[in-house]
Amino acid sequence: MNSFVEMDGVSLRYGDIDGTLAIERVDLGIKVGEFAAVVGPSGCGKSSLMKLVTGLLPPTSGTIRVAGHTVNGPLKIVGMAFQNPTLLPWRNTLSNTMLPFEIVQPHRSRLPFHKEEYAALAQKLLAAVGLGGFEQKQPWMLSGGMQQRASLCRALIHNPALLMLDEPFAALDAFTREELWAVLQDLWLEKKFTCTLVTHDLREAAYLADVIFVMSARPGRILATHRINLPRPRTLDMTYEPEFVAILQEIRREIAQARNEGRGIAAQAMAAPAKVTAS
Amino acid sequence: MTRGRRRLELAMPWIVIFGLLLFWQAVVMVFQIRPFILPAPTAIVAAFLEYREAIMAHALFTLVNTLTGFGIGIVVGVLLGIVIGSSRLAYAGLYPLLVGINSVPKAAIVPILVLWMGIGQPPAITTAFMLSFFPIAVNVATGLATVEPELEDVLRSLGASKLDILRKVGLPRTMPYFFAALKVAITLAFVGSVISETIASNDGIGYLMLQAASQFRVPLMFAGVFVIAGMGIATYMIFALLEGRFTSWATRRQETHFGGG
Ligand SMILES: Nc1ncnc2c1ncn2[C@@H]1O[C@H](COP(=O)(O)OP(=O)(O)OP(=O)(O)O)[C@@H](O)[C@H]1O
Ligand SMILES: [Mg+2]
Repeated sequence: MNSFVEMDGVSLRYGDIDGTLAIERVDLGIKVGEFAAVVGPSGCGKSSLMKLVTGLLPPTSGTIRVAGHTVNGPLKIVGMAFQNPTLLPWRNTLSNTMLPFEIVQPHRSRLPFHKEEYAALAQKLLAAVGLGGFEQKQPWMLSGGMQQRASLCRALIHNPALLMLDEPFAALDAFTREELWAVLQDLWLEKKFTCTLVTHDLREAAYLADVIFVMSARPGRILATHRINLPRPRTLDMTYEPEFVAILQEIRREIAQARNEGRGIAAQAMAAPAKVTAS
Repeated sequence: MTRGRRRLELAMPWIVIFGLLLFWQAVVMVFQIRPFILPAPTAIVAAFLEYREAIMAHALFTLVNTLTGFGIGIVVGVLLGIVIGSSRLAYAGLYPLLVGINSVPKAAIVPILVLWMGIGQPPAITTAFMLSFFPIAVNVATGLATVEPELEDVLRSLGASKLDILRKVGLPRTMPYFFAALKVAITLAFVGSVISETIASNDGIGYLMLQAASQFRVPLMFAGVFVIAGMGIATYMIFALLEGRFTSWATRRQETHFGGG
């Protein structure tokens, strides 16, 4: 079975030959409609991996395919959200959410003649994430969590085939974060886009994802691939059940082990587990 | 309490200006300073009233030159700023040149301009332009060059072109920088046109002041100074107002305050 996102021996080096090697020979595959999470220590190249997949950066070597086509320039079917909400302060929440309609075809040509229809779509999505009634507010009048919800809406409004999330919940408090996990899961269950979530938080990854890729410290390699076969929709209570905790412990053990091996000979440590991805 | 403060804030500029004028008047009267060294404000007002028609005609000439040069400065400054701010190559190539041009004292350029264009309006407009485009170009370029890379990523991954990014993010984001530059540039444009009129013109406030100086009519000179200052403040205030209109998002004014309103 073919993957929607496929990385084949991808390496990335910033700058010249003596520059930072951020990512080293990564192979991975994400299927259509799958929710993937990428975890790993800070600076291991997670954000770089996102940029590679979306075509914002060219790989130094290896190939990346998305939807069967080799990536060689920014993709046009992606929604992105980052740790920092990056809303435009001169637009209100509704207009911020509708930004993709002004860029992506065919919405772009239709928008001037169907403003109401698109505004209704945006309002519906905003209401779904709990931002009903805040459409006309400027971004700085929203709390951090509300801004992050709006940012999520902006990433999803045009129904992208691929959603890339780079630590979108990292700056939020624990309650808001868990609330937004549920919001994101609901949206995903409804629309079934392919999703890649970068996170530091193992519990977050295991709650949301179908598959977790564990990366090593820099240069980033895929150390292990975990499938989470828990039923959907998942609940927060499930994250405290023994089955879930066992998964977390297993991943944690792997990361710790990989760390130790990483201090030895890096090349040997990655050879075996990297193969697991071929599915 | 708060309303009183707010009213005081609005009155503050006038209080300061009138206070200064009163102090000035007092100093001149107490120390009996002679009018050709420092005329009293009352003498300046008298000179202004006496020559008001001539002064207004010259002031209009200066104003037209300044605004024309400033207008060209905005167009050229914005275009240059966009080019410099969006392309590293253009930045590397043009920035040193711009700094070089801006470092040349404009008074030294006026004779060259006169050689090329004659006296009067053309060199005045050109000098006003040359002084005003630089801050605009630099500020627009800064605004564009400091767009958050993540925001650019969001737009590029939607398939946005460079022009889209400029229109949706770059230019709106640059507005506060642009208006800050306008407020500096308009005052510089006045400096430019007056310098040029002083050196090479038969009209304008600069020329009027030079004439008055050669005849030791010091109160008239000061009247000229006051008129220029007045025009400078008026145009500055217009741009400050426009700034408030168009970039209120940048100041993020709080909508609630203590003390009940
Ligand atoms: N634009 C850049 N130029 C040069 N080096 C870079 C650049 N961006 C990232 N790097 C380097 O690449 C490595 C990986 O960076 P990246 O941002 O992908 O890490 P990350 O896993 O997202 O980290 P974090 O979890 O802290 O966000 C880092 O060591 C960083 O120094
Ligand atoms: Mg990162």
